[in-house]
Amino acid sequence: MADLTISAGNPLPAVDLAADFRDSGVAEILEELDRELTGLKPVKLRIRETAALLLVERARRRLGLSTQTPTLHMSFTGNPGTGKTTVALRMAGLLHRLGYVRKGHLVSVTRDDLVGQYIGHTAPKTKEVLKKAMGGVLFIDEAYYLYRPDNERDYGQEAIEILLQVMENQRDDLVVILAGYADRMEKFYQSNPGFRSRIAHHIDFPDYGDAELLTIAEAMLARQNYAFDAGARQAMSEYIARRRTQPHFANARSIRNALDRARLRQANRLFETSSGPITADDLSTIRDADIRASRVFSSPASAAGAPS
Amino acid sequence: MRITQGCFSFLPDLTDDQIAAQIEYCLRNGWAIGLEYTDDPHPRNTYWEMWGNPMFDLRDAAGVMLELAECRKAVGSSYIRVNAFDSTRGFETVRMSFIVNRPPVEPHLDMTRTDVRGRSQTYSWRAAR
Repeated sequence: MADLTISAGNPLPAVDLAADFRDSGVAEILEELDRELTGLKPVKLRIRETAALLLVERARRRLGLSTQTPTLHMSFTGNPGTGKTTVALRMAGLLHRLGYVRKGHLVSVTRDDLVGQYIGHTAPKTKEVLKKAMGGVLFIDEAYYLYRPDNERDYGQEAIEILLQVMENQRDDLVVILAGYADRMEKFYQSNPGFRSRIAHHIDFPDYGDAELLTIAEAMLARQNYAFDAGARQAMSEYIARRRTQPHFANARSIRNALDRARLRQANRLFETSSGPITADDLSTIRDADIRASRVFSSPASAAGAPS
Repeated sequence: MRITQGCFSFLPDLTDDQIAAQIEYCLRNGWAIGLEYTDDPHPRNTYWEMWGNPMFDLRDAAGVMLELAECRKAVGSSYIRVNAFDSTRGFETVRMSFIVNRPPVEPHLDMTRTDVRGRSQTYSWRAAR
């Protein structure tokens, strides 16, 4: 209550939002988000807006203007590899700093963790996960798998009912984030209207552009103390453009896999070609050939099949 | 007769907030929490009925309080206790145990003295309502 000040001219208690913003540590999380995540402009904007809303809501609560906890359950939609899990992790930290969740940990689950295999198995399983997530954020990846319309005896329905009940009754204790592909999530909400009405924030994750993916690739390498040389950077940007047209493209995840394979080839190349002491520079440089050896380049751009 | 077993049993009954605070303490120490209930508070009855499995990897007391509420709903007129298990020695050891629910009317313990061979005596207790 340090920032609850009563100014001389105005007898009403006032809250200094700017000071609140500084003290809560939200600014650091938002900056971190800006610095560490490439692109995702609309997502960052939505998170900023959400943070502002929650900050104002908190100030209102202090002045006794609102008493209810706002609905914080969210839905993240977007293609694979667009950073949903990463943002969820940041969101947990953000909500923790703002005091909306007590512990601020993220429990990431899929259908397997919630739905049991026989009658009477689902409820304890779902409850166990929920109990672990209490005080933090429960992140349900590919949430639409919970609902299988083709099998009316599917146990997913039971998990959904328990989830909805806890989402409604224990809003103070945990925040649920549902994530998945946009179109299938849409279908999921249509068949489970209870979810839609309990989720206040829908955030859509756009695909990355080619330039953004290249920046991501360089950041990924830098984190592991590797770097492209000029030729390799050019090769990588061509790789991204080709890879995008092929099936199973998963944005940043495809890039990470491509880099892992490039490192493999680099190690192999060093082994086969080196004939003397090699420098730290050699060990940490990805060259043109390491990228161009990928099957993405050898096959025609429209060919089917996963690249190696 | 007020049964005194485990921590805090000489104090007035803990409120839910106080129970939650004690559970937070246990979780901070990395202990797993189990709920147990019984209608027989005899001191030699160490094994109470388990209410579900012990809860591992919790981060917040809200999960335990959820189970406690359900346990009270089902067996509200029993004794319910919270056990905290410490696994640092490689096996789960009870580090803390306290009663969180008592029946409206508690049984009392009757002592019976029995003469056996010679002039020796044995004592036994019985929880009687």
